[in-house]
Amino acid sequence: MKEVVIISGKGGTGKTSLTASFATLAENIILCDADVDAAELQLLMAPKVQQKTDFMGGSLASIRRDDCIECGTCLELCKFEAISEEYIIDPIACEGCGVCVDLCPEQAVDFSVQKCGEWFISTTRYGTMVHASLGIAEDNSGKLVSLVRQQARILAGQNNCSLLLTDGPPGIGCPVIAAIGGATLLVIVVEPTVSGLHDMSRVAELAKHFRVPGLVCVNKYDLNSEMAGQVEAAAEKMNLMIGGRIPFDPVFTRAMVVGKNILEYAPASATAESVRTLWHNIVTYSVMDGTGLKNFQEQ
Amino acid sequence: MIISVASGKGGTGKTTVATNLAASLGKGVCLLDCDVEEPNAHLFLAPNVTEADEILTFVPRIDEEKCTGCGKCSAICRFRALTVVRGKVLVFPELCHSCGGCVAVCEEDAVLEEWRVLGTLESGQAGDIKFVHGRLRIGEAMSPPLIKAVRKKGFTADGITIIDAPPGTSCPVIAAIRGVDFVLMVTEPTPFGLHDLKLGVEAVRSLGIPYGLVVNRADIGDDRVRNYAARENIPILLEIPFERKIAEAYSTGRMIIDVLPEWKGRFVELYGKLAACAGN
Repeated sequence: MKEVVIISGKGGTGKTSLTASFATLAENIILCDADVDAAELQLLMAPKVQQKTDFMGGSLASIRRDDCIECGTCLELCKFEAISEEYIIDPIACEGCGVCVDLCPEQAVDFSVQKCGEWFISTTRYGTMVHASLGIAEDNSGKLVSLVRQQARILAGQNNCSLLLTDGPPGIGCPVIAAIGGATLLVIVVEPTVSGLHDMSRVAELAKHFRVPGLVCVNKYDLNSEMAGQVEAAAEKMNLMIGGRIPFDPVFTRAMVVGKNILEYAPASATAESVRTLWHNIVTYSVMDGTGLKNFQEQ
Repeated sequence: MIISVASGKGGTGKTTVATNLAASLGKGVCLLDCDVEEPNAHLFLAPNVTEADEILTFVPRIDEEKCTGCGKCSAICRFRALTVVRGKVLVFPELCHSCGGCVAVCEEDAVLEEWRVLGTLESGQAGDIKFVHGRLRIGEAMSPPLIKAVRKKGFTADGITIIDAPPGTSCPVIAAIRGVDFVLMVTEPTPFGLHDLKLGVEAVRSLGIPYGLVVNRADIGDDRVRNYAARENIPILLEIPFERKIAEAYSTGRMIIDVLPEWKGRFVELYGKLAACAGN
């Protein structure tokens, strides 16, 4: 089983719009939305939820006021400034380390496991999708990302799906690290701007750090052709192949408004053709062995 | 007055709004780029960085001569950063959250302080603007402590502080908006924009901070964002249309006010409106 993860470093470069389009082009896939903070793939996939499970993340400490003797041990030990002078624990500041729980001489601190979100197995018009929603202001997003990817892998095995298509989160921190480890190929979506170039370089470094191969797609490349050239030169310097160039096209937004991807909304457009070329380059990339390649003649 | 510029969705224009607002207000403004995973504000403000420090976090190191292999450190660690194998403690520093529990429980004083680099804190001046940002080390997972370090470094009791926040609604965002006077949410009028705006609004409400909207690329998409704002009584403080001139300027690292100077007045006006909303 192969896994393609779509990432970008910078947000809003078109990860989800492209992932949804790939779902139309690919064959025999499981879809996975690993952007649990801002899970947008569902807006283009209309998933019908078949199974909903609570995500139990970390635990939160709370002091039982009746048993507390205000000795100050927890105040002194807490490295996260989560305990007030009145011995009340701030749930947002609490890291869930449990140090106050274990070391309270009166054992007056409770430590209950928290529901930090939910994850779902759903059906879509392109097969099964595993996705999640993280609770507001929660940590543990990396854990939830690992969980949805793991569940998607299990389902892919059970259903003999050869390809897992994963929509990744922005950035380079904890959820991104959880989203790329062990992937077959990363598709890095970049826009031709100074920010796009800067952020691509950092996420490409991250890919190198975790030894995951990647290729680059320049989205909205004609917004600034000169910058697009600079992005491509930087990518090539980092040994990243240019998998495709997608023009700036308002049709992406129009398709999104009606809940479709661009291959469904404007299949005959030149932009749709550029997405097909990109997908072809992804599935024929050496590490992919043609997995996810549809016979285009049959279409 | 501390203002965080935030958005659930990435790429809606947080950095555009934060940098243009800072540059329009000019003297006495401090800009803190708290998107430490992908900091971009420096590309537009071109600060003269005069100070750079590594930000470190505690990780344990075991003094093997003192360690008895009792396993208490491993038992208290909720992050599985310590494990005992055949009487020897193995440390996984990348998993450590720096809670110090292992140091506190060790009766042999065998847990020593080691440090892991979280990233770099850089500061300087961008013209009249005081500038601070953090750059998370590649491979580092934990951004909130670095975000807190940026806010601490840039803290001033008076003047105007503008924070460029990371995208999302989880812990890094909370670290960048907690305790501020006003959150300026930047969104775009598309289904993705609306979906993430709702999550962002929930996050800001849960912290009880006053907030308002900037609608960027205001003429694309549909009306659902405006309808939602009207229904929820959220003030729209500024609308920025999609203009190729703005998009092209952005692509080369220039601000809106560099190419369309008439926008300077609009950003100053934006500050007036948000200060009124914040009750200042």
